Amino acid sequence: MTETAGRPKKSAISRQIVLPWSKSLSMAMNSLRIRFFRSLITTFSLVLAIAFLGFTLTGSAIARELFRIHGDAAMPLLIEAGYSLDSTGLGITAGPKELWLMVLSLLVCTVGIVNAQLMSVTERFREIGIMKCLGALDRMILRLFLLEALALGLFGAGAGALLGLVVAWAGSFVHFGALDYGQMHVFPLLAEAAKAWGTGIGLSILGVLYPAILAAKLQPIIVMKEEY
Amino acid sequence: MDVHHIVRVVAVTKTFSLGKMPVHVLKGVDLEVAAGEYLSIMGPSGSGKSTLFNMIGGLDRPTSGRVFIDEVDISQLDAYELAWLRNRKIGYIFQTFNLIPVMSALENVTLPMIFAGMSGDDAVDKGRGLLDLVGLGERFQHKPSELSGGQQQRVAIARALANDPAIILADEPTGNLDSSTGAEIIALLQKMSHERQVTIISATHDFKMLNVSDRVVWIRDGRIDKIEHRDELSISIGTIQERHEPAHS
Repeated sequence: MTETAGRPKKSAISRQIVLPWSKSLSMAMNSLRIRFFRSLITTFSLVLAIAFLGFTLTGSAIARELFRIHGDAAMPLLIEAGYSLDSTGLGITAGPKELWLMVLSLLVCTVGIVNAQLMSVTERFREIGIMKCLGALDRMILRLFLLEALALGLFGAGAGALLGLVVAWAGSFVHFGALDYGQMHVFPLLAEAAKAWGTGIGLSILGVLYPAILAAKLQPIIVMKEEY
Repeated sequence: MDVHHIVRVVAVTKTFSLGKMPVHVLKGVDLEVAAGEYLSIMGPSGSGKSTLFNMIGGLDRPTSGRVFIDEVDISQLDAYELAWLRNRKIGYIFQTFNLIPVMSALENVTLPMIFAGMSGDDAVDKGRGLLDLVGLGERFQHKPSELSGGQQQRVAIARALANDPAIILADEPTGNLDSSTGAEIIALLQKMSHERQVTIISATHDFKMLNVSDRVVWIRDGRIDKIEHRDELSISIGTIQERHEPAHS
């Protein structure tokens, strides 16, 4: 007598504990809303880093567009602004120093996200433990944290990319004000901003992975311990 | 008549290693709990009471021995099955209420039903019904921070009943409540036990609990000191209190 009639087989159980996507999403959003200030701080480093990335990428795109429109006439201004040009004429890129700064800022940003998310998980040890006591599976907890990070990434990196685009656009007039912007295509600029946006979303999710796995692995007995 | 044992604890030991010293918290406990019974586990702090309680709830694994819930050895269960067990078979009530602070009373009560796959509308209906049952029908939208301790514990009881569990495990349910609120909670638990035939297992210090218990298990130094039935209790309750009082200051 080891199995009672009402107990489903192992394979069936994983389908018997559920958290619908709509409910997951509303729980994740609710969690962000209630901890709005903390969410804001977590997002802020992302906004700044992505703004810098977006600024650099869209700045280069503007430079490339100007070179496409004006050709060699734009060269002196582009060189003065710090862009280097390879032989093909397509290779206007940020200088190595800027590239280095970009990588560094993204790295610092990711570490910041990991740190903030670890704090967030620690704060919610008890809450996670309670959900585990009520039957939540590891993957549900994981999903909640990933959804939160996705939302933070969408909004934070979106704001950052937009900020970078606007600043790069406005800033370009300082160097290239003398040139005509008339025939400039907007699409390459937006593509670079989108690249920054995507990178930001990726970093936000990358940064939450370790904390979220930590949270998902928490044992329900944690709620019995007074210190949390 | 054959008694259906909803919980069977067989030769359970638990050893924690505290630094290099092994601490034997439970030294071989056997216990059987009949379905529908109201059982209290009494014992001073450090007696192994909480550890035994956690084992029965599937929150902790024994070092040796077995714990059967509804004749299933829970040490053999994997993570999914344990989650299922916690979701459907067991309702937990805690000393510190342990409601999810960011959710309303109703959301707290419906969460286990959502996990169990119930549709949103059905869960809300059932949740409202359960909150009515515990006397909080009007306050379903309140957050835990807007409720008193007694009210929070009522929400916790409603949540524990969410998926019609076979067992309710109550860890010091009156520990953070004043005496009269505690008495109300005990009365509510007793009512649930009678009306819904739920097995209630409660770890407690509270002597008010004894009056409503069918049996009381006394734990001392990691072993069962004695098990008393209600009729034996009412005779000796005065002396019990004297004997055990110094341990719970």
